[in-house]
Amino acid sequence: MLEITNLHAGTEDVEILKGITLTVRAGEVHALMGPNGSGKSTLAKVLAGDPALIVTEGSIKFLGEDVLTLTPDERARMGMFMAFQYPPEISGVTIANFIRTAMNEIRGEEVPVLEYYGLLQETLKKLKLPEDFVLRPLHEGFSGGEKKRSETLQMAVFQPKLTILDEPDSGLDIDALKIVAENINELRSPERGMLLITHYQRILNYVVPDTVHVMLDGRIVMEGGPEVAVELEEKGYEWVKLKVEVT
Amino acid sequence: MENVNVNELAKAKAEYRYGFFDEVEYEFKPKKGLDSEVVNMISDIKGEPDWMRKFRLKALEVFWKKPLPTWGADLSALNFDEIYYYLKPKAERSRSWDDVPEKIRNTFEKLGIPEAERKFLAGVEAQYDSEVVYSSIKTDLERQGVIFMTTDEALKHHPDIFKEYFGTVIPIEDNKFAALNSAVWSGGSFIYVPPGVHVEIPLQAYFRINSKHAGQFERTLIIADEGSFVQYVEGCTAPIYTTDALHSAVVEIIVKKNARVRYTTIQNWSTDVYNLVTKRAIAHEDAVMEWVDGNLGSKVTMKYPAVYMVGRGARGEVLSIAFAGNGQHQDAGAKIVHAAPDTKGRITSKSISLGSGRATYRGLVKAYPGASSIKCNVECDALLLSPDARTDTYPYIQVEEEYAQIGHEARVSRLNDEQIFYLMSRGLPKEEAIAMIISGFIEPITKELPLEYAVELNRLIQLEMEGSVG
Repeated sequence: MLEITNLHAGTEDVEILKGITLTVRAGEVHALMGPNGSGKSTLAKVLAGDPALIVTEGSIKFLGEDVLTLTPDERARMGMFMAFQYPPEISGVTIANFIRTAMNEIRGEEVPVLEYYGLLQETLKKLKLPEDFVLRPLHEGFSGGEKKRSETLQMAVFQPKLTILDEPDSGLDIDALKIVAENINELRSPERGMLLITHYQRILNYVVPDTVHVMLDGRIVMEGGPEVAVELEEKGYEWVKLKVEVT
Repeated sequence: MENVNVNELAKAKAEYRYGFFDEVEYEFKPKKGLDSEVVNMISDIKGEPDWMRKFRLKALEVFWKKPLPTWGADLSALNFDEIYYYLKPKAERSRSWDDVPEKIRNTFEKLGIPEAERKFLAGVEAQYDSEVVYSSIKTDLERQGVIFMTTDEALKHHPDIFKEYFGTVIPIEDNKFAALNSAVWSGGSFIYVPPGVHVEIPLQAYFRINSKHAGQFERTLIIADEGSFVQYVEGCTAPIYTTDALHSAVVEIIVKKNARVRYTTIQNWSTDVYNLVTKRAIAHEDAVMEWVDGNLGSKVTMKYPAVYMVGRGARGEVLSIAFAGNGQHQDAGAKIVHAAPDTKGRITSKSISLGSGRATYRGLVKAYPGASSIKCNVECDALLLSPDARTDTYPYIQVEEEYAQIGHEARVSRLNDEQIFYLMSRGLPKEEAIAMIISGFIEPITKELPLEYAVELNRLIQLEMEGSVG
């Protein structure tokens, strides 16, 4: 589903990703862990097509198609979704209107209003969000947790083929974390793939990944099953650094 | 009177969406330029009382004496000798849609008036060049004693109330363009709402310039008697012509004790029009006056809707949105004058500049001695969509009273790449992403508009932007 090969990318001045190779197959959940500044969020943004980042080498294939030349909206319409770590505020646009516009674009057709609101109500209930949540302007004055909830709501409504979650757990209390995790689990299916980026192992207690990748300074330095995350939690990123230096 | 055929106008190619026009045979067309002969002729044709003729002639003198204002937008290219000051279409005024001449009807159909009327109009005042050709007033309004007619008609049929208020809010001497309008005014709406009457449905008017060199000088007078309420909505579109046209209206509003008036304008003049308008309301005790003002199009706009609060507890609000595209200068703002205690004012101004467009906010908040415990809040936001776009803010605050709370906030922002990327990552193509950000930016204004106007405003801005944001 997602094939990243020898990906080098960064800003105009700095190379941040220094040769990432990673494959997510349909039905799999991959966790990408790493300390702050290791390039996790950069990878998420490059995958979504952030024009502020430049790819200098390597390739990204999504559903067999090279997406490097595609704009972010084209990738989204193919079924890619990135839940932002810090989604921006957009005043004057309600969440309900925004999601509806996006959904029409993603589906490529006008979703009937009644069907849309039905789906929205149902999803809000599932996420234990109040009905008037979607009447608020997009992220305006939202707490960090509320922003995550908005991203989770979108994910649940759009039902993307590939979901990239950039630290969906940061800033959440344990109850909110469980709800977010439940929704991620609910979206797991043989047709969908997920890349879950996180700093902490905590969320992986609820969303058990098939594979864990550990990233350090723009490279993937360690890979394995869920046990890698547990070991990491015990020993810390310093342990990974030492281990990498030794080998 | 001589019929002038303007068929040749039809040959001009209109490039603008609303840039269509119909061939209308004019039964009267005076020469270009302005002198006392023209003014007398206008008065003759209209069969006006002597006091109005004198008023016009006096105004003409004042117009000549006053210099062009130099403190605002550049008006140096405006040539007063190249303008027709009065045009009258052949059609007689008519009440029913069927009576409106077909050519004129076609124009209005393109503007969607019949449909709009079916939906929620209480009455239509459609101005075709300088004369209103179509007007319908629902009988229930008449039963309530509401007077809604053209200003010309009001002068004929309600001379007493007309004379009592006309020119009292904006005197001839106020400014050069108010003087010009006073000399050559024609058409416009007259509304009188009796005490305690609430007009539930917005009264509407459509204006349109439809002749080369045509100047439009409508004059609107609204009197809301004690405890009454009325909302008036005007929308303007104009066809494109290569020579400069002048629109110089005067709007006077009297809001009596406990009454409320909301006046909404969406103007979308073609980009060769000088739009120089004087709008002012007087709010008496506990009265509420709200201006909602949208300025799109035009070459130059100078417009500062004003509320003079002369009674204790009055409230005045101005909400405005200006869109300045390539080569356009929107010099717009508001004036809030506190002349009584416990009065409250609020100005919310939003502007968008694109290409070489320039949006200026020019506002005045004034409090006279004795206007104690007043509050006024000013908020202006400017959004620049391109590197060459320009915005300026001139907030004047003159407070001669100690107990006053005045707030002023101004922000200038550019399109935010992070916002665009976010929306695009949700499937919106770039232009749509930008359109969504902009519609959110102006939402504080659009939410105050009737739905059709809100939709139209967003669509017009989208059209203006097409292909111009890279």
